[in-house]
Amino acid sequence: MSTHDPGGIGAGSEHGDEHLAASGRADSEAADHYLPGADVDEPALIDVEEVRPELADPQLVDALVAPDRAVHARMGEPLLQMQGVTVRFGGLVALDDVTFDIRRGEILGLIGPNGAGKTTAFNAMTGVYRPTSGTVMFDGASLGKAKRFSITQRGIARTFQNIRLFNEMTALENVVVGTDARHRTSVPGALFRTSRHRREERDAIDRAMALLEFVGVGGRATEKARNLSYGDQRRLEIARALATEPKLLCLDEPAAGFNPAEKESLMGLIRHIRDDGYTVLLIEHDMRLVRGVTDRIVVLEFGRVIAEGTPDEVTNDPKVIAAYLGVPDAPESEETTDAPA
Amino acid sequence: MSTTTPATPPSLPPAGRTATKDRPHGGVGDRFRLWWDALARPTQWLVGVPFLLFMAAVPLLNIPVLTTQGTDFGGVMAQFGMIALIAIGLNVVVGQAGLLDLGYVGFYAIGAYTVAILTSPDSPWNQTGDGMWLSREWAWLAALPVAVAITAISGLILGSPTLRLRGDYLAIVTLGFGEIVRLLADNLDELTGGGQGLRGVAYPRAGVTEDLPSGVFSAGNASGAVNSGVWWYWVSLVFIVVTLLFVGNLERSRVGRAWVAIREDEDAAEIMGVPTFRFKLWAFIIGASIGGAAGALYAGQVQFVIPTNFNIINSVLFLCAVVLGGQGNKLGVILGAFIVVYVPNFFLGRQTLFGIPIDGDEIASYKYLFFGIALVVLMIFRPQGIIPARQKLLTYGRELYVAARRSAARAAGRAPGRTEAAATTSGKESS
Amino acid sequence: MPALADALLTSATAGPLVHQSLIDFNIAGLGRNFWGLTVEGLTYGAIYALVAVGYTLVYGVLRLINFAHSEVFMLGMFGQYATLMLLGFSPSGNAYDKGILLTVLYLGIAMLGGMAVAGGAAVGLERVAYRPLRRRNAPSLVFLITAIGMSFVLQEFVHFVLPRLTGGTLGGVNAQQPIRLVQPEVQFSIFGAPVTNVTLVIIGSALVLAVAVDLFVNRSPFGRGIRAVAQDPVTATLMGVSRERVIMLTFLIGGILAGAAALLYTLRVPNGIIYSGGFVLGIKAFSAAVLGGIGNLRGALLGGLLLGVMENYGQVVFGTEWRDVVAFVLLIVVLMFRPTGILGESLGRARA
Repeated sequence: MSTHDPGGIGAGSEHGDEHLAASGRADSEAADHYLPGADVDEPALIDVEEVRPELADPQLVDALVAPDRAVHARMGEPLLQMQGVTVRFGGLVALDDVTFDIRRGEILGLIGPNGAGKTTAFNAMTGVYRPTSGTVMFDGASLGKAKRFSITQRGIARTFQNIRLFNEMTALENVVVGTDARHRTSVPGALFRTSRHRREERDAIDRAMALLEFVGVGGRATEKARNLSYGDQRRLEIARALATEPKLLCLDEPAAGFNPAEKESLMGLIRHIRDDGYTVLLIEHDMRLVRGVTDRIVVLEFGRVIAEGTPDEVTNDPKVIAAYLGVPDAPESEETTDAPA
Repeated sequence: MSTTTPATPPSLPPAGRTATKDRPHGGVGDRFRLWWDALARPTQWLVGVPFLLFMAAVPLLNIPVLTTQGTDFGGVMAQFGMIALIAIGLNVVVGQAGLLDLGYVGFYAIGAYTVAILTSPDSPWNQTGDGMWLSREWAWLAALPVAVAITAISGLILGSPTLRLRGDYLAIVTLGFGEIVRLLADNLDELTGGGQGLRGVAYPRAGVTEDLPSGVFSAGNASGAVNSGVWWYWVSLVFIVVTLLFVGNLERSRVGRAWVAIREDEDAAEIMGVPTFRFKLWAFIIGASIGGAAGALYAGQVQFVIPTNFNIINSVLFLCAVVLGGQGNKLGVILGAFIVVYVPNFFLGRQTLFGIPIDGDEIASYKYLFFGIALVVLMIFRPQGIIPARQKLLTYGRELYVAARRSAARAAGRAPGRTEAAATTSGKESS
Repeated sequence: MPALADALLTSATAGPLVHQSLIDFNIAGLGRNFWGLTVEGLTYGAIYALVAVGYTLVYGVLRLINFAHSEVFMLGMFGQYATLMLLGFSPSGNAYDKGILLTVLYLGIAMLGGMAVAGGAAVGLERVAYRPLRRRNAPSLVFLITAIGMSFVLQEFVHFVLPRLTGGTLGGVNAQQPIRLVQPEVQFSIFGAPVTNVTLVIIGSALVLAVAVDLFVNRSPFGRGIRAVAQDPVTATLMGVSRERVIMLTFLIGGILAGAAALLYTLRVPNGIIYSGGFVLGIKAFSAAVLGGIGNLRGALLGGLLLGVMENYGQVVFGTEWRDVVAFVLLIVVLMFRPTGILGESLGRARA
């Protein structure tokens, strides 16, 4: 599957498998060592309102960010359905007959202790893993054997637990790559600069700037992604995912490494995204964040769904409490994320 | 939010020494491009056209130290033009898409042999001469698109199975491909003349005069300032300009962004909706056809193709041109091509350098050793090449980059000691 | 394809095949000479196998195709040659006749010389070229370019610099004049296939070395370190395995085996000692490693033998000049249809 090893020779390869998440994370940090730059240069902040005065209007930004917000009127209908999904790795059952829905226009939280199968479920939805049995229905059709890029084109976008931006590209270019998922021109169009190509290019930049403003990094649009601060990188990932015009936005631990103030502002952003008409799936460790922002929560443990319901229902569910109390202070502490593999 | 103070990443690099080199707009190439982008269109023309004319005139100006002694300078420049074209093509594959193609010489060979097989009297498929489709006058020009098309197809054939492989496997498969092409040329005696090669390859008959019965492009036009080498150099300049325009168009589009995304993180690119295989294949095809065009140029220029000229070591030479100049940087790789071609020829036949006696021929014969060392040293100390530049991946949005530069200059003006950027006009305002 | 069908038809009726096409298909020749070709193929295969171990171990530990390994092998050839010269032998058209014991002794010393040079070169290569890159955590493209660059540096070193250093006795444009210690003589035959003393020495030594390295990697504590780093570098380091030492050891083992293979190769191909003599053999050995499953030690050994045999069949069917093409095409086919090789990639973990 994975054709290239981003960790490089020095770092070994990365794993999608949650059970190896510990070493996977260590690998990605090792890979960060190569990035030669903490930003030592003066920040070249763009005065966005000077260059793009129209973006001062938040309503216009919203319109650009979510161009088809009116289309998503059928709130509450299932958008993605996990139907008896089982994923096995050899003899190991990572997901066992998992069934739940994600409904249009909601923020669904997917939680569970480490090794519960959250990331596996996530990967099964985004086409990284194919379920051993069961189906994933999205927007009325099975994802079946769809290629990963076409799953994005069908409307599922995601961010990564270990940030995976295109580091050498600027923030703006990263987001434009996201918009490219909806573009039709290919080599011939670009070679001869057809009118559609030029229109797409222009629109892409407008929308990308709006998205950057929307997530709050518009001023750093021309900065290389790797020179952005950690928090800005996380926000940029969200902007890039939104750029693909998804029906479902999946956020994989977007608040990892954030301080409480940053978490607060992230919650606001996620709500705003939902209000713009997107459906959001949120995988998160931080119970407070999940409780504060989600409409519904699905709890996984040992690859099974043990509870499903509103935040209040779920947090009062004895099974959930047991699952979480079994792992002392799991939700808060970063150290415990490195569970023994 | 920590937008103003750039937070340090969770783990700092072992030493900050590389950091200064790698600032967002710190590279020589980047600074040049920012300057260039900030110019108005007419000014760009005013600077660009004379520069191009100067480049075209270089072989005629007989510049003292620059002109080679042991070999004809026109011929050296013709070779440079060809290698520059190759470097641009290979740069698409290696520099932009990040696919290590070590068999690029194979495409070059296919281009050259296509022209030779279609136009050489030694070839069984010769299409020139009495009763054939092609007149000797136009044969080269007619064979050129065929050569480009056939190399493009061979790129497709090589790429479609192999581009699904892991990146490092691709390197060795392409290495094998380059070697197979040479072995085919060597062993398919009836078609390619085997080790004897094919003679009498067609070339454009232009500028026929009394003195030059076979035109300015003929190898017979060997004497004088404007010999066949210079003419071929001019032809390759035209090729280079056209190719740069097209490759530039691709780079500043969805295609170029897809390539860089693949280079940076292929899995993430795929998940962001980039059909990675399709665009890798495109990179291969485009790179191959440029290599084929260069091969056709070569066949026309020397009017003789032979397998030993397509040795795999040439692939390393091409790679060296790309790496020297800076992967991904179109203008940089042209400089790299110049160094790769010119430096050995500079030493050839030179007995003294600045009054110091040297054995130029000896030095020139070490070229592969030096280029091998250069590759290794560059990879260790300066993997971004001599003039690193970030690729420009957007057709529009120039004003954003100019605005960023303006504010950087303002910030630099506030911070004393940051003199380089403050040299621009807006530095005065705030200091 | 029609040519192949044609060839099959003609060969069935009219013995030796004379067919007017660009490539001749001589299936009859393969059938007639099957066992002889197999023995010959195993001889080459044993050499590929030893070189393949170097590729496979380094790949297992570093995920790097060490392109320069073919040059390590080439230096090994020069190493054993120089050792023989130091022992007082000089190139001549005829083989020396020293008696079995002394010949084995001299060959043993020459092999040690080859191993020392190749092992040293491999470790030096790692130090000079790859370690600085690891320090900088360079991406794999950078490693590959460095590897190919080092490959050509070493070739050109032998091509141009070595003859200067040795007054023209070693290196240069032409192959070394062979020093022959063993005259190939048929000892006995299996299924009608003649087996020479050279074949016996090559296959015998290769077997001994293969068993030794297999025991070393699978049984010794050093070997455990190698396997640990191959499986999970981070955890292995946390468990106190010195990654740097393991890497050095890996290169050393690969180099030593390449040096041994170099001596065996020159027994079979006495004229092969030339600066460019490692390149194609290196690609084949790498193919062998992939064929068996890269990163997998036993796979490399098996792959080497298989490749040697198949290449030998292929060169009879298609003609000698297509020998290398057969090997390359085989590599591409293997990568296409079974990129994990025959035995799978066991030394390192399987990648998702």
